[in-house]
Amino acid sequence: MNIFQKEQASTVDPRTSRLSLSYIWVAFIAFVAAALCGVVQGMVRGGFLELPAWANYYQILTAHGVLMALIFTTYFIIGFLYSGVARTTGGTLHKAAIGYGWTGWVLMTVGTLMAGAMILTNEASVLYTFYAPLKAHPLFYIGLALVVVGSWLAGFGIFSRYRMWKRLNKGATTPLFVFMSVATFILWIIATIPVAIEVLFQLIPWSLGWTSSINLMLSRTLFWFFGHPLVYFWLMPAYIAWYVCIPKVIGGHVFSDSLARVAFILLLIFSIPVGFHHQLMEPGISEGWKMVHVILTLIVVLPSLMTAFSVFATFESAGRKKGGTGLFGWFKKLPWTDVRFFAPFVGMLFFIPGGAGGIVNASNQMNALVHNTMWVTGHFHITVGAPVALTFMGVAYWLIPVLTGRTLTPTANRMGMVQTVFWGVGMFLMSLAMHTMGLEGAPRRTAYTTYFDHPIALGWMDYQRVMAFAGGLLFVSAILLILILFYLTFKAPKGKTEYPIAETETPQPFPPVLERWGVWVGVLAVLIVLAYGYPIMEQIQHQAPGSAPWVTW
Amino acid sequence: MHLHRYEKIWLILGAGGLALFIVLLCVNAFAMGMAPPSNMTMIDPAKVNETPPFDKPGLVKVGENEYDAYMTAFVFGFSPSKMEVPLGATVNFHVTSPDVIHGFEIVGTNVNFMVLPGHVNSATHTFDKPGEYLVLCNEYCGAGHHVMATTIIVK
Repeated sequence: MNIFQKEQASTVDPRTSRLSLSYIWVAFIAFVAAALCGVVQGMVRGGFLELPAWANYYQILTAHGVLMALIFTTYFIIGFLYSGVARTTGGTLHKAAIGYGWTGWVLMTVGTLMAGAMILTNEASVLYTFYAPLKAHPLFYIGLALVVVGSWLAGFGIFSRYRMWKRLNKGATTPLFVFMSVATFILWIIATIPVAIEVLFQLIPWSLGWTSSINLMLSRTLFWFFGHPLVYFWLMPAYIAWYVCIPKVIGGHVFSDSLARVAFILLLIFSIPVGFHHQLMEPGISEGWKMVHVILTLIVVLPSLMTAFSVFATFESAGRKKGGTGLFGWFKKLPWTDVRFFAPFVGMLFFIPGGAGGIVNASNQMNALVHNTMWVTGHFHITVGAPVALTFMGVAYWLIPVLTGRTLTPTANRMGMVQTVFWGVGMFLMSLAMHTMGLEGAPRRTAYTTYFDHPIALGWMDYQRVMAFAGGLLFVSAILLILILFYLTFKAPKGKTEYPIAETETPQPFPPVLERWGVWVGVLAVLIVLAYGYPIMEQIQHQAPGSAPWVTW
Repeated sequence: MHLHRYEKIWLILGAGGLALFIVLLCVNAFAMGMAPPSNMTMIDPAKVNETPPFDKPGLVKVGENEYDAYMTAFVFGFSPSKMEVPLGATVNFHVTSPDVIHGFEIVGTNVNFMVLPGHVNSATHTFDKPGEYLVLCNEYCGAGHHVMATTIIVK
């Protein structure tokens, strides 16, 4: 049987399903553990809870960050993209792709357990940004390096599938899902190379005592080279769901195939050479170089505007096809009681203030108002914590039934709606409190404190209590989510669930140059050299006296 | 490649707004001198306490009601631990760290920057309102991070 039949399978074969499901379940186990850490933090900072002597606030904060930002996201993304690439290239994956996938899973899981053990034993309370010269146990860094290397292997699996499909389907248009997955993993691999260099050549030898000091500026520059594209690595799979899956869920079409591809190319190019906007308040980087990165950062607004237009255009045309008339009649025709649509839609609403806040953060000196305040914490809770997380949840509600050969029952759907409302209300209250107290100067990443009863700090207490309450709502939502996903994996009635992949209404050819990856990686390489070449050379040639390792927790 | 007319308008407005915004940021930073704190001075973190002027942290008068404040941020405090400045004074803060990374934020002002060992970072503020200003560390630095604070009294 030809596995690359023109008629696409509407589901995914068991071998791929097992792999995909294994990634997704690790993601959600990490998610619920991280949610527990989150609610504990909220209670501590709200003044409702005092930690026992064997636990420390910053240890729990490290666990929350590592598990949510690195483990939950990366595992879910790989599981989702593997399933979608299989679905759009014949419903299966060839042996090499499966092999890469499982090897990556094993490496990542070993790495996660190593890093997790170090956090649990309080050997690595350095937060998920692990800023030197705070020194964690070497196993923490080695564990994280394994997670990254494992994720590379998963990426090679996707590239391998893409190349095989191209070879066997000469002249055919690459499915949009595959194109976007390839772009996402090219971004991920390029973005993680510098942080891998930081971990392997700076942090590990230094934490083992082989080198006595570390070049701090270089380590920070390499970290933030990775730190910003990391957020696009979270966002692009959510965009894939918005562009490709949700239109099908609501009975619509892909609005514009070629513009979707252009948006992904722009995201790939303009999310990497921009890291200094995370370092605007730092010494040792000149004003001019900061501005270069600020400008490149802001260009990423364009693909986001394109995505917003395209998503709402899809909604409108689907709503009109169902009989919606007038300026906003189509809006009522959208499937508001379908969690597969409702959860990501709530996420999209969060993304509007989220994107606007991001522009504030990136705005050069304006950053001084919000840098390292709770505003920033609020910002990433309404970006990764709401649009990305809610989209992943919405995807999980249909993806897990697809992978297990079960169905999303009406009751499970209703429970999912309740779970979404809890998450949405919780995130809204929490991020509102965070943004407000951040503008008033409250610092992020800080345990319960009144700063010796300073009146300004006492004024933040009400917001901190709101955060604790909202953290409770979010935790209830997380528990509900896990229960529903457990039901969908093991208990829901057997049946055929369709993997939603939308297509354009009429065939839309796109300029072949869009798929010349060499060209785009070349453009990106030029931009990286322009934006980083001279500053990194300076940081190596004129480095400040190095820093010795410190353990201050 | 087909572009819907509304999308063209949407993108042109978006790109135009963006371009204007970037121009304003550049004017702000380079013509009006409001760039973010970017001091390029370096210092040996192991020898902060013996390197002038950080061997004697404190205020130095440099003009009529203008001062340089040399401070150190360390686990878990600031030196000098308390400062008094006259109302209306312009203070140029210069801060470094002998150990890990810290933050230097004067709540209610635009003074907010990173303090990296090996580097000196700076910002200026004119204290036009009297009161007890809260100075705190806003970059995680260890177990006592949340008690790392001091005050500046302006009267």
